[in-house]
Amino acid sequence: MDEHWSVAAHRHFTAAGVRQVAYVPDAGLTRLIERCREDNAIETVMCATEEEGIGLAAGAWLGGQKAAVLMQSSGVGNTINAIASLIASAHFPMFTVVTMRGQWGEGNPWQVPMGQAVRPVLEAVGVKVFQADSADDVAPMIEAGLRMAFSTDQAVAVLVSQRVIGSKVWVADKTEGGQ
Amino acid sequence: MSGIVLQRREVLKAALADRGDTLFVTGLGSATWDLASLGDRPENFYLWGAMGNAAMIGLGLAIAQPERRVVVITGDGEMLMGLTSFTTIGARRPANLAVCVLDNERYTETGRQPTATGLGTDLAGVAAACGFPKAVTIRTAAEAAGLGDLLLRTPGPVMAVVKVVDEALPMAVPPRDGGYVKTRFRIGVLGEKAATLP
Repeated sequence: MDEHWSVAAHRHFTAAGVRQVAYVPDAGLTRLIERCREDNAIETVMCATEEEGIGLAAGAWLGGQKAAVLMQSSGVGNTINAIASLIASAHFPMFTVVTMRGQWGEGNPWQVPMGQAVRPVLEAVGVKVFQADSADDVAPMIEAGLRMAFSTDQAVAVLVSQRVIGSKVWVADKTEGGQ
Repeated sequence: MSGIVLQRREVLKAALADRGDTLFVTGLGSATWDLASLGDRPENFYLWGAMGNAAMIGLGLAIAQPERRVVVITGDGEMLMGLTSFTTIGARRPANLAVCVLDNERYTETGRQPTATGLGTDLAGVAAACGFPKAVTIRTAAEAAGLGDLLLRTPGPVMAVVKVVDEALPMAVPPRDGGYVKTRFRIGVLGEKAATLP
């Protein structure tokens, strides 16, 4: 495939009228975050923790704007009370893209428990989950997920599998910051 | 704690007398009852849960409605739980957002247990350190006289921490159906057609 899924994802954000994008950085989200940051029609908000992004998205909706929240799978654990207590209780639409760790070929044992818990935990608080296991699945799932979230007032998560992003190979002498 | 004299509802009522069409978000518990005690209106979004997220809801709203004033009213326990949002708001700096913490140094709803604001944490100091251009602590009636200007007119983001006495007040209960309060708020801001049609 020639086009990276992030390019199509950004195009679907624009087509759906997404105006705010909250994010906590992840290596797998780098290109999507960059595209959103370069887009003057989208206000990007860097959050210190993923829970903040859920609140931001609800506030955006109160003010008439659609938001998307971008996070790594470990961040899902930080969002659960906000999703249950705010999004589900008041029937807010919510749309999130989660780049996965702790599954396909994971090399860091500390990522596995939360990564494996993402889907059941999200479903337990009412989130509709689409998991993209191939790069070709990601953009259609984002397009469909955005429509479902904002047309039916549902919380929707698109999980981008580690199989799509690629797993890290851990080497003892590797330089820091290279993911 | 000695030296605290201000009463939360009296201070809030005076400060918000000319609130006009200001948009409000309240943190769960006392702050929700306090704002409701001034009269229910569509432009109030009351939280009954989601502890720690009131300020971020205010930020999303302030970005979406840059021409409107957005005021978050919350308590010290709720704000302590959402302390990371100071860094996010301080980095984005929306001029139309103000946060008012009614600080009685207690987790009131759960039995008046002490919070860290009575044990060393200076919320206004934290906000200033995170880049809020205006961050103050209000302790006296003379200082409280300026609260309305801080919340409704001063370029933000504003952090106004009001030290208030720990007192048992009657609950003023606003609607608790979140879907209703959300949609009513959106109709108030956007009009019925934009708020309810896809």
